[in-house]
Amino acid sequence: MIGSNTNTFSNKNKALSQLKAFLPLVLLGLVFTVLSRNFLMGNNLITILQQSTNIAILAYAETMVIITGGIDLSLGSILGVSGVVVGKMILAGVPVWVSVLAGVLFGGFLGFINGFVISRMNLIPFIATLGMQNIARGIAYVLTNSLPVSGLDEELYFIGGGNVGGIPVPVIIMFVLALLFAFIMKKTSFGRKVYAIGSNREAARLSGITVKNIEMWVFIIGGLLAGLVGVILASRVLSSQPNAGIGYESDAIAAVFIGGTSPLGGSGTILGTVIGALTIAVLKNGLNLLQVNAFWQQIAIGVVIIVAVYVDNLRRKK
Amino acid sequence: MKEILSMNGIVKEFPGVKALKGVHLDLREGEVHALLGENGAGKSTLMKILTGSYQAEAGEIIYFGKQVEIDNPRKAQEMGINIVHQEINLMPDLTVAENIFVGFEIRNKRFPFVFDFAKMNSQAADILQEIGLHVPPTTITGKLSVAQRQMVAIARMLALNSKIVILDEPTAALASAEVDTLFGIIDKLKKKGIGIIYISHRLEELDVVADRVSVFRDGMYITTKEYSQTNKEELIALMVGRKLENQYPDHSAKKGKEILKINHLRTKQGLDVRNISLHEGEILGIYGLVGAGRTEFARALFGADRAETYDVILRGKSISVRNTADAVKHGLGYLTEDRKKDGLALGLDLENNISLANLKGFSRQGIMNTRTCEANAEEYISKLKIVTPSIYQFAKYLSGGNQQKVIIAKWLTRNASILIFDEPTRGIDVGARKEVYELLNRLVEAGVGVIVISSDLPEVIGVSDRILVMHDFHFTGELNKSEVTQEKLLKMAVE
Repeated sequence: MIGSNTNTFSNKNKALSQLKAFLPLVLLGLVFTVLSRNFLMGNNLITILQQSTNIAILAYAETMVIITGGIDLSLGSILGVSGVVVGKMILAGVPVWVSVLAGVLFGGFLGFINGFVISRMNLIPFIATLGMQNIARGIAYVLTNSLPVSGLDEELYFIGGGNVGGIPVPVIIMFVLALLFAFIMKKTSFGRKVYAIGSNREAARLSGITVKNIEMWVFIIGGLLAGLVGVILASRVLSSQPNAGIGYESDAIAAVFIGGTSPLGGSGTILGTVIGALTIAVLKNGLNLLQVNAFWQQIAIGVVIIVAVYVDNLRRKK
Repeated sequence: MKEILSMNGIVKEFPGVKALKGVHLDLREGEVHALLGENGAGKSTLMKILTGSYQAEAGEIIYFGKQVEIDNPRKAQEMGINIVHQEINLMPDLTVAENIFVGFEIRNKRFPFVFDFAKMNSQAADILQEIGLHVPPTTITGKLSVAQRQMVAIARMLALNSKIVILDEPTAALASAEVDTLFGIIDKLKKKGIGIIYISHRLEELDVVADRVSVFRDGMYITTKEYSQTNKEELIALMVGRKLENQYPDHSAKKGKEILKINHLRTKQGLDVRNISLHEGEILGIYGLVGAGRTEFARALFGADRAETYDVILRGKSISVRNTADAVKHGLGYLTEDRKKDGLALGLDLENNISLANLKGFSRQGIMNTRTCEANAEEYISKLKIVTPSIYQFAKYLSGGNQQKVIIAKWLTRNASILIFDEPTRGIDVGARKEVYELLNRLVEAGVGVIVISSDLPEVIGVSDRILVMHDFHFTGELNKSEVTQEKLLKMAVE
């Protein structure tokens, strides 16, 4: 009865299934390669990676949050206000790297507030982060009077615009974080607790896991990562825009679902999220090269989300 | 008495299991026909077919002399076949009258898309008067007690002109006075000629209320008897198909020193427990009817619910438990009533579930030692004879009995020194039950403190060395294995 169902095992040690996950992305790449001679050029591939970094880094946080059964709508806003904090501090004369640290920690602090409201005040994540989405963005506008904070110290440029051996720094950060978070999810007790809470919150609690603390931490991590992306964005143009990152959390969440994480929580992988982020970037890039209207790109992404989750549902039902 | 229903040769199959193997049931006008059988015997499946939720693969249904097809629940209700579920499926935000008529609302004569609330309220009021529920028909259903809601569900039966009423474990959540009221209503239904199918495990009640009884076992129809011409022992033997004695193996442990002493445990919900002790070498049973507070007691002891007063001594030391993490740290383990709801993470694999209570023990600086986890899981799969293709099998694909073993493995992995089992054999077939009982014995022989909460009278008597009885969130009595009888326990449980 069970033997006939090939998908009853968790894909723990199956490197093959991990490679299989890349299939849709590779196919998409092949399609664009055929359609446009410029797709497979070195420069273009680097561009694709570069364009996926912001979404990918936010998506690592969203992956964790979604696996626990929650959602974070505030990451784009936290990103913006963190960038503003960094900019303001640099202009005030604070050393660049201290300002960068402060910005990231400020993001973490906002994430902590999210976590507190959700785990201690028992508000559902959707509502709590919706509130923070507005509050953080508002703070960014208030601090800057909605004007960009420009003329930042050139020392800042490295983190967003620099490169090491031809590879842009943000891309390196994206991959290092991917490895870090994949390790955390697969090989640490924290990661196991995240999956357990998402799979059955009460069973996890009754096994002695302090659910509230884990829930708190996933939002703190979200805030820290959003802060980091805020720094990267500000660094690229050496100016902090209060409206930076608007809508980024939507793309991050899309990347998570395209990557196969279940909207119900309890399952999903960082690898899947990376593929999801790359898929979105490849889609946008390929359609650009084909000179397709930018608005069609948005339609395409929406369709991919629906198709990806639908296919995933079918796979789960089997 | 006229026969109003006859179900013959009903076969129902699901992928991999034949739930009904050609069963029979008939019902007469104005009779209470009890349906007996253990979990998994096929009673609910047959009722689902009768109420249109399932379709049979083979067999016929003769209703008032005519062969019928009951394609869906609405058709069944239109035909006059209705069921009051154990969970009483009413909509708590609607009024009593609205719940009584939902789906069959009385409409305005001139504008059929408008409901005639006045008429519904007045008809509802008449029916409520008839069955003795003295609340206004405009009462919000959610505000009523369980017993009152049950009466609303029965009122609906009358409003819809039911000819057949199925009652599924109707007394599970009722106090004895409420049970009397229910039996009074059943009498009224009988006098109207309504045929009642009564599903219950409570043989003592069937003595009072049943006219005939049919026994099912393992998807098969066994027999039908006039209740007056049979007795409890015969019925139990028919249900079980084997002698009762062999079901509960003995253990060889001797009662030793006290390992747990609850001086005072009190919660805001009304739980107030004093002077309970558990000794090494004994299985302590806790018996009580639904609503007595047994699960509340277990959860308060385990830190799952907040306790106002927690004065507990564990192996000589006073402990403080404010949450589950504290309880687990002190060596307590709790196996919940509902495995699927809060016992297992069904979407995770076995190894994950087994390691779940011992993550700290399996990790260094937060990093998991996967090999140790896997070896441990393999060890328990063989020790407890868990049937699974591998430790990577998702927990949801295991049978009930094996799922229960996985949860036991989880607590043994944690080296829990006191285990609280809440309804350990719920939803587990008879063969697997014996394995669970044997595991309990091995645990107590190994020095683990074992508390077993059960609402199954024969089970709690068969398994326990000493039984505490709960009623209304207090402990009302204690009996030793040597002096216990079903009658004594039941008496303590209802007073």
